[in-house]
Amino acid sequence: MQVLVFIDHVDGHIKKASLEAASYGAKIAEQTGGTAEAVVLGNPADIDSLGKQGIKKLYQLQHDNLQAIDSQVYTKILEQVVQKAGSQVIVFSNNSTGKAIAPRLAVRLQAGLVSGAVALPDTSNGFTVRKNVFSGKAFAQVSVTSDIKIIALNPNSFSITEGDGATEIVPFEATVDAPKIKVTGSTKTSGKVALTEADVVVSAGRGLKGPENWKMVEELADLLGAALACSRPVADANWRPHNEHVGQTGIAIAPNLYIAIGISGAIQHLAGVNRSKVIVVVNKDAEAPFFKAADYGIVGDAFEVVPKIIDAVKKIKGIS
Amino acid sequence: MKILVCISKTPDTTAKIAFTDNNTKFAEAGVQWILNPYDEWYALVRAIELKEKDASSVIHLVNVGGTDAEPIIRKALALGGDEAIRINVTPTDPFTVATQLAEVAKQGGYDLILTGKETIDYNNGSVGGMLAEMLDIPYVALATNLQIDGTTATVKREIEGGEETVEVSLPIVISAQKGMAEARIPNMRGIMAARSKPLKVVEPVQVEPLAKAVEFGLPPAKAGVKLVSPDNVEELVRLLHEEARII
Repeated sequence: MQVLVFIDHVDGHIKKASLEAASYGAKIAEQTGGTAEAVVLGNPADIDSLGKQGIKKLYQLQHDNLQAIDSQVYTKILEQVVQKAGSQVIVFSNNSTGKAIAPRLAVRLQAGLVSGAVALPDTSNGFTVRKNVFSGKAFAQVSVTSDIKIIALNPNSFSITEGDGATEIVPFEATVDAPKIKVTGSTKTSGKVALTEADVVVSAGRGLKGPENWKMVEELADLLGAALACSRPVADANWRPHNEHVGQTGIAIAPNLYIAIGISGAIQHLAGVNRSKVIVVVNKDAEAPFFKAADYGIVGDAFEVVPKIIDAVKKIKGIS
Repeated sequence: MKILVCISKTPDTTAKIAFTDNNTKFAEAGVQWILNPYDEWYALVRAIELKEKDASSVIHLVNVGGTDAEPIIRKALALGGDEAIRINVTPTDPFTVATQLAEVAKQGGYDLILTGKETIDYNNGSVGGMLAEMLDIPYVALATNLQIDGTTATVKREIEGGEETVEVSLPIVISAQKGMAEARIPNMRGIMAARSKPLKVVEPVQVEPLAKAVEFGLPPAKAGVKLVSPDNVEELVRLLHEEARII
């Protein structure tokens, strides 16, 4: 099948989630005997390297009207690319950009959409894709019956491939509408690593007793190159910003390592983090429900244990 | 201003997740149903706050669902919706739901359409964008703040790497998430008033899904926690380094 991957970028660089989507799209093309192509709106620095993820051709469109992500404008451009490329499967990352555009494009192309996909499509009998449901507590196989299929792949669900292919960059001309959405300001999140894309997440809860005690959590996160997260009560009490709240009503994440400090592990919290590959729990209450969902645990006081973890990590990394 | 808030019925956040009929259906036995938290806490409450500032506003609620959805519709009316429309069909997938909602939205001529960022059961987050495309109006996803001044909306939204503030003219569709408003509890007066507020039932239009969940499953259970003594934290880091190969 002909595959088209939407390449998202921020601050001049391709998002890691889009490299995952590119690798995923290339695998679909390989499985179904088609070609993997991609589209980028704008000019991030690293587009030449998309060949490594198996992208053979990259349609690139640059235009002044693309400053704001206006899903109406983007959708109409992507429709023109799909028509030109004859794409049958369109892959987005299910990040905030993908969430804004993919549903619109699905309607415009009368394409079935799987949002939150976590595995490659099964094409042995029709076209079904596995996605998370019930906030990661279960999964569903979604059968797509339309001619064109759209998949929004959850971040951290598919490994980035590093091959040695090359990509051909093809400038693309399209009709670009004037945006109706005007950006008047922006703020960057405090963390250096985006929460949904982070390999390691260090998270803390009410067990830390107050916002002034986050320094050691920040130090551990820095040391591990991790993103910071928190539980809902912590965000509700404004100890930490809302965009760090992970859980059923916050952000759902799937890092390789999730370290939970002073979080009891209510079912709503677990729903947002249970796709983490390895979970480490530090809690002084041995009965905390989180231990049942954890891979490794320490029953102990966070204020004693966390500094020890920091020292041990420094030692193993050779930082004294 | 005429506001439409799209509301869904979802299992309670603590509901046991299981499946029946050969894993093709969610097991509803014993499940407590609630108003989808994103629809309630953020979309609906923000609509109510806007109406409190501009009393000439009206809030219509719309739900795609059977009679079993009426308790959550009444709750939304108790919180502060003025009237409700129930489209009488069991929801199956975002595309057919959006198609049903679009019919109501077209007839109502709304200035502002609010949805939650996703439902907590199927986690699609697709209805808002699909509806906006069907209506051919702008869509601002994952909003954390919304101000209305005349016919201009100022919206703060989540983007990759942070948040941005955007300005857009009404009519628009917005999907709301945490930050947008504070959860409220319906008061007795609201609950009493909700009983007599209009709840109109309309029949669905004919539409076929393009993508549909055909089978469900549960992830494999964890092997069990490996506990490390707080006096031997180095052992934990060693395990993460050598066994899990993460650090």
